[in-house]
Amino acid sequence: MTKQSQAKTIAVEGLWRNNPIFRQVLGICSTLAVTNLVLNTVVMSVALVFTLSLSAATVSVLRKFTPRNIRMMVETLVIAFYVIIVDVVLKAYWPQMSGNLGPYVGLIITNCIVMGRCEAYGNANPVGRAFLDGFFNAIGYSFVLLIIAIVRELMGMGTLLGFAVPFFSGPNWDKWIIMVMPPGAFFMLGIVTWVFRAVQIAREEKT
Amino acid sequence: MMLSEFEIWQGFVVCISAVFTNNILLTYFLGMCPFLSVSREVKTSVGLGFAVIFVLTCTCALNWLTYHHVLVPLELEFFRFILFIITIAAFVQFVEMLLDRTSPLLYQKLGIFLPLITVNCAILGASLFMVIRDYSFVVTIGYGLGSGIGWFLAIIAMAGIRQKLKNSRIPRGLQGPGIALIIAGLMALAFTGFAGVLQGR
Repeated sequence: MTKQSQAKTIAVEGLWRNNPIFRQVLGICSTLAVTNLVLNTVVMSVALVFTLSLSAATVSVLRKFTPRNIRMMVETLVIAFYVIIVDVVLKAYWPQMSGNLGPYVGLIITNCIVMGRCEAYGNANPVGRAFLDGFFNAIGYSFVLLIIAIVRELMGMGTLLGFAVPFFSGPNWDKWIIMVMPPGAFFMLGIVTWVFRAVQIAREEKT
Repeated sequence: MMLSEFEIWQGFVVCISAVFTNNILLTYFLGMCPFLSVSREVKTSVGLGFAVIFVLTCTCALNWLTYHHVLVPLELEFFRFILFIITIAAFVQFVEMLLDRTSPLLYQKLGIFLPLITVNCAILGASLFMVIRDYSFVVTIGYGLGSGIGWFLAIIAMAGIRQKLKNSRIPRGLQGPGIALIIAGLMALAFTGFAGVLQGR
C-alpha cells in the first residue's frame, strides 16, 4: 500500500467506519456535558484533537522503551502531560472558558477514547500513522459532538455561537429548554447514534 | 480541624443532593462508558456499583488530604491531575491486593471490577469537582459517598430496564448503545423531578 492510500484508509476508519462515538461508543463520558453551547464544544474539540493526536504519537515513540506491564501507567502519564498543557494555557489566556468547562478539561485524561486509541493503535504502529490515527479519530469524534451541540443550542436557546438565529429566536419558536438540560444531551446522542448506524447498515446491505 | 454540627449537616445535604438532584451520571455525564457497557445484567451492575461507592468515597477523601496538605502548600496545584490519577490507581491496586489476601469471597464478587474503576471518569470527576467547589473535608466525604450511591442507583435502574428490553423489538440501528442512551435520557428527565427537593443547598 502506498503512503497516500494508507493515510486515506486511516481517515475513513476514524471519521466514518469506526467512528469513536457511534461505532466504538467510547469517550462520551466527559464531553456530553459541554455540548449545550457550540463555542464550548469547539474549544473542547480543539483540546481533544491536540491531546489525542500528540499523545498517540508520543506513545508510539515510546513503545519500544516501555515495559509491557507498566504501559497503562505510562500512557496515562503521557496523556495527563498534554492535558495539563491545555489546562494551563486555557487558564492563562481564556479564564472564562476555563471556568465554563470546569473539570471537563481534566477529564480528557480518563476519556476512554484517548486511552483506547493509544492502546489499540499507538502501541503497535509507527509515529506518523499513530499521529494520523489519533488526529482523524479526534476529528470524527468532534464532528458528531458539533452536530449535537448545534441542534441543542439552536433549539434550546435560539442562538448559534451566541448570535441570535432569525426564526429560532423569534416569538414563533417555543424554546425547547429540555434541549440545553442534561436529558437533551442523552436524547440527541441516542438519535444521532441511531441515524448514523442506520445509514451504515443500509450501506452495508447494498454492497 | 474543628468539626462543627453545621459542617456535618452541610455534608449530609451535599450527599443527598449528589444522589438525587445532582446525580453524577445523569446530570454530569460521568462514568458513561461502564454505564453503557456493563449494565446488561443486574447482578454484575450491583457488584460494580458497590465497588464504585467504596472507591469513590475513599479516593475523594484521600485526594482532599493530598491536595490540601501537599499540593497547596507547595503551590503545585496544576499538578493535581497526575496526583489524583496516581492516588486512584494506587488505591485501587492496594484494595485489590488487600481483598485478595483477606477476603476471598469479597474478592470474587468485586475483584474483577476494581481494575475497570481506575479508568472510570466518575472517580476522577468527583475529585475534580471537590476541588473546584472548595468543599471542606467532611463535606467531601459526604459528596463522595453521595456520588457513589447516585451512580449505583442509576446503573441498577438501567440494568433492570435493559434486562426487560431483551425481548422487545428495537430497530437495528438503535440496538445496543442507542436505546441505552434514550433510556438514560428518560431517567435523567425523571431525576430532574427531584430538582425542587433541596432548594438553596
